[in-house]
Amino acid sequence: MSLTLAEVEHIAKLARLNLTEEEKSKYREQLSSILDYVTMLQELDTTSISEASGVQPDECPLRVDTSLPPMATSDLMKNSPATTKNQFRVPPVFE
Amino acid sequence: MSGDLTLLSIFEMQAGLRAGDFSCTELLEAHLQRIHDLEPRIHAFITLVEESARKEAKNADFRFSAAQNNGQIDDLPALLGIPIAVKDLITVKDLRCSCGSNVLGEWIAPFTATAIQRLLDAGAIIVGKTNTDEFAMGSSTETSAFGPTFNPWDTSRVPGGSSGGSAAAVAARMVPVAIGSDTGGSIRQPAAFCGVTGIKPSYGRISRYGLVAYGSSLDSMGAFTHSGAEAALLLGIMAGLDKMDATSADHPVPNYHKEITCDIKRLRIGVPREYFIDGIQSEIKTTIKTAIETYRSLGAEIVEISLPHTKYALPVYYLIAPAEASANLARYDGIRFGTRQSTGSMIDMFFETRGQGFGPEVKRRIMLGTYALSAGYYDAYYGQAQKVRTLIKQDFEKAFDKVDVIACPVTPTTAFKVGEHGDDPLAMYLEDVFTLPANLAGVPGIAFPVGLDLENLPIGMQLMGKRFNEKTLFQAVHSFQQNTKFHLQKPLL
Repeated sequence: MSLTLAEVEHIAKLARLNLTEEEKSKYREQLSSILDYVTMLQELDTTSISEASGVQPDECPLRVDTSLPPMATSDLMKNSPATTKNQFRVPPVFE
Repeated sequence: MSGDLTLLSIFEMQAGLRAGDFSCTELLEAHLQRIHDLEPRIHAFITLVEESARKEAKNADFRFSAAQNNGQIDDLPALLGIPIAVKDLITVKDLRCSCGSNVLGEWIAPFTATAIQRLLDAGAIIVGKTNTDEFAMGSSTETSAFGPTFNPWDTSRVPGGSSGGSAAAVAARMVPVAIGSDTGGSIRQPAAFCGVTGIKPSYGRISRYGLVAYGSSLDSMGAFTHSGAEAALLLGIMAGLDKMDATSADHPVPNYHKEITCDIKRLRIGVPREYFIDGIQSEIKTTIKTAIETYRSLGAEIVEISLPHTKYALPVYYLIAPAEASANLARYDGIRFGTRQSTGSMIDMFFETRGQGFGPEVKRRIMLGTYALSAGYYDAYYGQAQKVRTLIKQDFEKAFDKVDVIACPVTPTTAFKVGEHGDDPLAMYLEDVFTLPANLAGVPGIAFPVGLDLENLPIGMQLMGKRFNEKTLFQAVHSFQQNTKFHLQKPLL
């Protein structure tokens, strides 16, 4: 199958990725060939098979829902590119 | 102190330190010297922390001399004074964790991964963070934003990936142990390419807390060493329930190392015919067959088996892993951590930060995963892949009714040249064809060297086991390594 340029742009938009024109055409070609390859899964009849959600054991334990000592706020905030008074600063959402 | 301390096994290091033959400082300095000599040609590390390592070594020396004076030498923790390296995808508090990416910038980890904390509590000394494919997405360490690592056996070749820095560091004797992670083969494939032993335990065996997420239903932490016995020691320390990871299993952790010696006379080894397909390098086929004959001569029973859905593992993986990655990597938005590229509005900032911050392979997988999960395509791609994953799991369940372990190649070829797969993602993905099934089924796999090809490059064999039965894998590898010398072969550097 072959993806169209519009499909590539739509996926990039969903994934919040700015792509150059060069990247778009390269990904169009590469993703098309990967999708061609994975179509081999369609040859299997899986109507009676359930989806694996993972490989978790049934005995996966839950812990008691009590709070633990938190990490220091300063440790968490210091990695942000922009903060104000212990809050994350972001560009405007609305014009 | 006599001889080259970097050539010792962990057990010899432990004994030497306890006997006072050399100090932790001398042991560390020997490894740091080795790193200085070789790092310009290997580039195994993203970050080195020599000064803090020296401080820790001095502290460990103090503990040794205090224990000697008190007659409490046997009470010291197992890894006291042993230098280790950690893949730069795993957090260590107050150290930069780059994940091999530009998008995280100078991110300083605010906490230490549980399994790494257990190693530190056992006395290990971290010397640095090793190179990785960006967010572990790659099979050669070439997608790292910090440039590739080179294979110690031939520096024109890749070390494999994504944990290529860790594998190369152990192969080059820069450290006796390095920690890595394996989502589709990222420990076993570089272990094979670099001629070392690499354990990927069962899913849930080691806590993933502090392992930066790629494919959360597939990610496992593990270790590189020179032998199965050393890997057994490491897993015994790292494994076990952790309340910080709800998928870590509440399953008893055996003393793998203590129970390593075992008669393998009744061991049933399955050889899956689907793993000996056309296109495998002929020396790999013959070397694996020879290794299997070695097991037969040691008394193991060799059984031909079938894992019929093997060929579907690759397409299943390259839908499920990118789908999980596309969700996991949504967190890199330029707000709470990492770099920010800002041009006006918030939404523009997301697009710019992610477009510029991620490298080509990461963007490719995010795109692929986003597509597989998008409206109208979910059932055909992701849903179908999850159903076929069920079939792959069932293949293993049926096989393990008949055999104890499964023996097969790790990779279809030995280490390839840097740049050889250039811009052909599918060719690169095919490198993982024999390692992906274990991640999809959640079973453990171990890779260890069983010979060299005509170009003097290591060939690895993989043993896969029943879920949570790493013990049998270690016993089988140990038994092989007691009777052969392939794990002692060293690259000429």
